[in-house]
Amino acid sequence: MTMLKTLAPYEFKSRDALENYKGRQLVYINWERHRMFSRPFVVALTPDTPFSTIIAQMAECFSYHPDWAQIDWDKALWQNGKNSFTPDRNKSLAENGIGHKDLIRFRTPGLDGIAGTGY
Amino acid sequence: MDMKASKKLGLKERYTLMTRDLAWDTTYQPMDKVFPQTAYEGIKIHDWDKWEDPFRLTMDAYWKYQSEKERKLYAILDGFNQNNGHLSVTDARYINVLKLFLGSTPPLELMAARGFSMMGRHMQGAGPRVACQMQAVDEYRHFQTQIHSISNYNKYYNGMDEFAHQQSRMWYLSDGKSFFDDAITAGPFEFMVAIGFAFEYVLTNILFVPFISGAAYNGDMAAMTVGFSAQSDEARHMTLGLECIKFMLEQDPDNLPIVQRWIDKWTWRGTRKLASVGMMMDYMLPKRIMSFKEAWEMYVEENGGALFKDLARYGITIPKCFSQTIEEKEHVSHQSWIGFYMKPQATPFHTWIPTPDEMDWLSEKYPNTFDQYYRPVLEFFDAQEKAGKRFNNQTAPMNCQVCVSTIKFNEPGDPMEMCFRETTYQGEKFHFCSDHCQEIFEHEPEKYIQTFISSHQVLQGNCEPEGVDVNAPDFQPGKQILDYWKLDKRALGDFNGSEDQKNFAAWREQATKN
Amino acid sequence: MSNAFIAFQKNDDSRCIVEAILEDNPNAMVDDQPSMVKIDVPNRLVIKRETVEEKMGRAFDLQELQLHLITISGHLDETDDEFTLSWNS
Repeated sequence: MTMLKTLAPYEFKSRDALENYKGRQLVYINWERHRMFSRPFVVALTPDTPFSTIIAQMAECFSYHPDWAQIDWDKALWQNGKNSFTPDRNKSLAENGIGHKDLIRFRTPGLDGIAGTGY
Repeated sequence: MDMKASKKLGLKERYTLMTRDLAWDTTYQPMDKVFPQTAYEGIKIHDWDKWEDPFRLTMDAYWKYQSEKERKLYAILDGFNQNNGHLSVTDARYINVLKLFLGSTPPLELMAARGFSMMGRHMQGAGPRVACQMQAVDEYRHFQTQIHSISNYNKYYNGMDEFAHQQSRMWYLSDGKSFFDDAITAGPFEFMVAIGFAFEYVLTNILFVPFISGAAYNGDMAAMTVGFSAQSDEARHMTLGLECIKFMLEQDPDNLPIVQRWIDKWTWRGTRKLASVGMMMDYMLPKRIMSFKEAWEMYVEENGGALFKDLARYGITIPKCFSQTIEEKEHVSHQSWIGFYMKPQATPFHTWIPTPDEMDWLSEKYPNTFDQYYRPVLEFFDAQEKAGKRFNNQTAPMNCQVCVSTIKFNEPGDPMEMCFRETTYQGEKFHFCSDHCQEIFEHEPEKYIQTFISSHQVLQGNCEPEGVDVNAPDFQPGKQILDYWKLDKRALGDFNGSEDQKNFAAWREQATKN
Repeated sequence: MSNAFIAFQKNDDSRCIVEAILEDNPNAMVDDQPSMVKIDVPNRLVIKRETVEEKMGRAFDLQELQLHLITISGHLDETDDEFTLSWNS
């Protein structure tokens, strides 16, 4: 319940409403236990973008990390927010159920960052 | 001496005569119309005369002492500049802490000045009105003296001249801007808790005491004098904040839950704001007097703890976030430094990897965390840099909707895991760095849905230099972000190899021979 | 019991003020740091005008403390003769 108190009507739009992105949506991507990057990074993509584009962007950013080459892609775990899911890389964001401002969490069991630091 | 009993008025008498006795109740208009902001937050005040400034400072004494402070300050600044004082600092890396400190603080001082000017207008009692007016003038003084300091260093070092332009645009300045914007758009009593209490009483001690003492330790007399001169006013500001808290709690028991929520909120917001001060102390001062962790223990845990224990008689409890801040003091400075190190193309100051000696100091000061979680990462970056692959992470970060920090803090109890929190409001998702920021959002979502998050604004096409056509078919948002930020290209990149590094070495050489 | 504390910039005036505090507060603890000095006293710290004047060898107005102060901790009460910081807990 809001506790906001004001002297006058107070109505403002969200600065990050979907309509402000002209047909695109925000998606956040995080590689768990690899926090040396802009931790989750954010991109704006159209909903019909294939999920493979996200993987390409991840590679561009994360391949600096020695763990990237060690990933066993069959064991990788994906979450959208709190919920586990298995993305189909050939299907679109919309078809994979990824909405505006969703957070994709990518987990690679056994890979815990530089010297097991989580970075 | 018999003559001591002069005609001079006593302090208490003078204070009464020159504050309350100069005020009056309005008759042409009712007082609640003249002071329309005092009631709407729900704070009940029955007797404004119960508010007394314990310093009992009157305007005439104020001008006298403040002008004396200014004379001392500028005498030292002049001496420093006449003697090329900038070359007497420990090493040129030090200059970067000034770029961060002086580049981010003056606009916040100006916001404080604006805020206290408003309080000086809207507080109904004469006591707080006078004290707030003094504080407004103090904050302008800090703003001006800090800018004078910038002008002295800016003659020699890169990246300091566009701080005003960058304040409302750059990613890493958003947390401070958001802190003050949040405070100044609240009502007068919440503003007093936010700035007067949480910021001044609990938090400025960290910025202006051990950090400024550290500046002195590194040979920077100019930053030392500017910092301590400002802090000499802060003792008065802290007192004003504390008086305001006590006043509200003593006036009406109904004020307690409101005040408690504000204390919880602003202690946390201040804690987040200080994460970057942690890295200034632990990583950016070439010579360090104490770790951020030690400063936190001294000024926040002990001093803040003493205060909360004292306020328990009014029913105030320790802020909910307090235990998390104690856990985080072992981590935040390291997490912040790595956060800035990864972005060499996005700040007007340089970053670097600490020397082996400095890492040993960090191990000693952070025995529970540094070697286990942070040293291996810094050593990896160091090896990469030496192999010609200096880390440069170019993706845009995710930020907390409330404190606007980049999401980088660990899950409480698990330093390996990132802490994420989210909620949905009016069909839209919002993300937070912590339970405390989520709670702040949920209390007043109408306010925080308006947050300016730099990465998002770039992606909306709102962060382009003049002349860029955001509707052009080949438009790529953020391509020209450095120009939008007016970032001095010479100030980018690692400290090693920077123009500042070369100039400083050359100028020092010149200072010792013909 | 919590500590009340006060910190000053190091200079000639504050040297005398610190001496006065040490004389009037037997439990005072001095923490010497670069360019500043911090004094902690359990529960209650008092600065007496008379003692400061004796150390300085001149008249002293307690409001002159404003010039040298860096930070304080505790509830403040200031009169013509005493500057007191204390905790109620």
